[in-house]
Amino acid sequence: MAVQTAVQNADSDAADTGAVDLGPAAALSCRECGERFDLGPIFACASCFGPLEVAYDLPSGTPEELKKRIAEGPDNIWRYAPLLPVPADVATKPNINPGFTKLVKADNLARELGVTGSLHIKDDSGNPTHSFKDRVVAIAVEAARAFGFTTLSCSSTGNLAGAVGAAAARAGFRSCVFIPHDLEQGKVVMAAVYGGELVGIEGNYDDVNRFCSELIGDPLGEGWGFVNVNLRPYYGEGSKTLAYEICEQLGWRLPDQIVIPIASGSQLTKIDKGLQELIKLGLVEDKPYKIFGAQAEGCSPVSTAFKAGHDVVRPQKPHTIAKSLAIGNPADGPYVLDIARRTGGAVEDVNDEQIVDAIKLLARTEGIFAETAGGVTVGVTKKLIENGLLDPTLTTVVLNTGDGLKTLDAVAPTTGPTATIRPSLDAFRDAGLATN
Amino acid sequence: MSVNVRIPTILRTYTGGKAEVAAEGTTLSEVIQSLEASHPGIAARVLDDQGKLRRFVNVYVNDDDVRFEQGLETATPAGAGVSIIPAVAGG
Repeated sequence: MAVQTAVQNADSDAADTGAVDLGPAAALSCRECGERFDLGPIFACASCFGPLEVAYDLPSGTPEELKKRIAEGPDNIWRYAPLLPVPADVATKPNINPGFTKLVKADNLARELGVTGSLHIKDDSGNPTHSFKDRVVAIAVEAARAFGFTTLSCSSTGNLAGAVGAAAARAGFRSCVFIPHDLEQGKVVMAAVYGGELVGIEGNYDDVNRFCSELIGDPLGEGWGFVNVNLRPYYGEGSKTLAYEICEQLGWRLPDQIVIPIASGSQLTKIDKGLQELIKLGLVEDKPYKIFGAQAEGCSPVSTAFKAGHDVVRPQKPHTIAKSLAIGNPADGPYVLDIARRTGGAVEDVNDEQIVDAIKLLARTEGIFAETAGGVTVGVTKKLIENGLLDPTLTTVVLNTGDGLKTLDAVAPTTGPTATIRPSLDAFRDAGLATN
Repeated sequence: MSVNVRIPTILRTYTGGKAEVAAEGTTLSEVIQSLEASHPGIAARVLDDQGKLRRFVNVYVNDDDVRFEQGLETATPAGAGVSIIPAVAGG
């Protein structure tokens, strides 16, 4: 099909959509109907409303040459610049430079869960603003720069707002971000501290998202780069770096099984895209892998559809402590279903009590304090093993996408001092705390 | 009954660039028919070949997502605001 110009369905006419340098990014392609568009600040197909995603001219050369090039790159996501929609000199620009977070071999947790293969936690709490959102925002910043935007914005369940605020501060953009009014204090403070504007919306995340989608089509939103709306095709590509890092940290091997949290579903679909690219480029051996999605029971539109055998996701009104996953109308839900079924994985959910238990389990076995989304993935992993859906003899990677310090409210009611005593040895002994 | 329909940028080629247009109908289905009569071609962008809402289109009547209501049969009272919004946002 002919390539349409971005101007035909641009969602902001304030940006310069002329020739842009986004490295290997060649065009935008509709995931539904395949129609292609020039690179621009657009996100939905003009023909069918389907999501647009970046199509690439992937690098040539042997796999060994590409691995060497990656190994010589910086210890952040820019080591994968040849596979991302960013200019070749991206590492020299002001950005938050996230990524290359730890892949923790979780032997203690494995023993607790009865895993005899190898179990790993990809701990993305180590990013600059303590969640995986730094990855996607860093890419969106480069797109915003290329398209001439001066304000960064987003709809957020909290983590993204902080990531946008920080990236805007570093990269020299103004920021104005929107969140549900009732988020955890840790996320609200973290989103506000970087000096941009933070607006609480009276409603849930889906209400915030709707507001932003309307704002973007209004003169009020002209000149704004909404990282997860009109920059979403680029933004989403940041999640591919999780796939690249996991495989590189495993010694350029595919894991057998990956457990990924689902909010909009974008992260899961892009990790799958990243794995497929590595196979296509010959950087990893082509072999089967299974992708599992994890949701909170109180916001489980995708797992409900999966279990029912549906290929359409019916929206839900969220009610869960896992607020970073509380998207009742997930944009990429249908694709998550496709990927889980194609790879032989599944989509499962756990309730709030199980989420808290899983946060504590990960903390006491591996010394990793996860936010509620990490409780969801660890809890779902446990449930999948118990249900026989996840093979405990294989190599499994579980994502922790954020830091527990941001969701203290979830564990505070059941976590605190063992005892409070006078500063005396007798009091210590009397409290039953002495082990000698 | 007359309602106000907010048109996303992606569909404004059909409305002469207008972000908001008036339409008639007591249900969303009738409103879309009315839009089609005034702005030919727009219905095929919102509805699929079976006449259902495309899966990547969200429609709100006032503040209610019609998927939580009666879909295309959702009532559209006089003066209601109808918003058509691309679904591929957020996350």
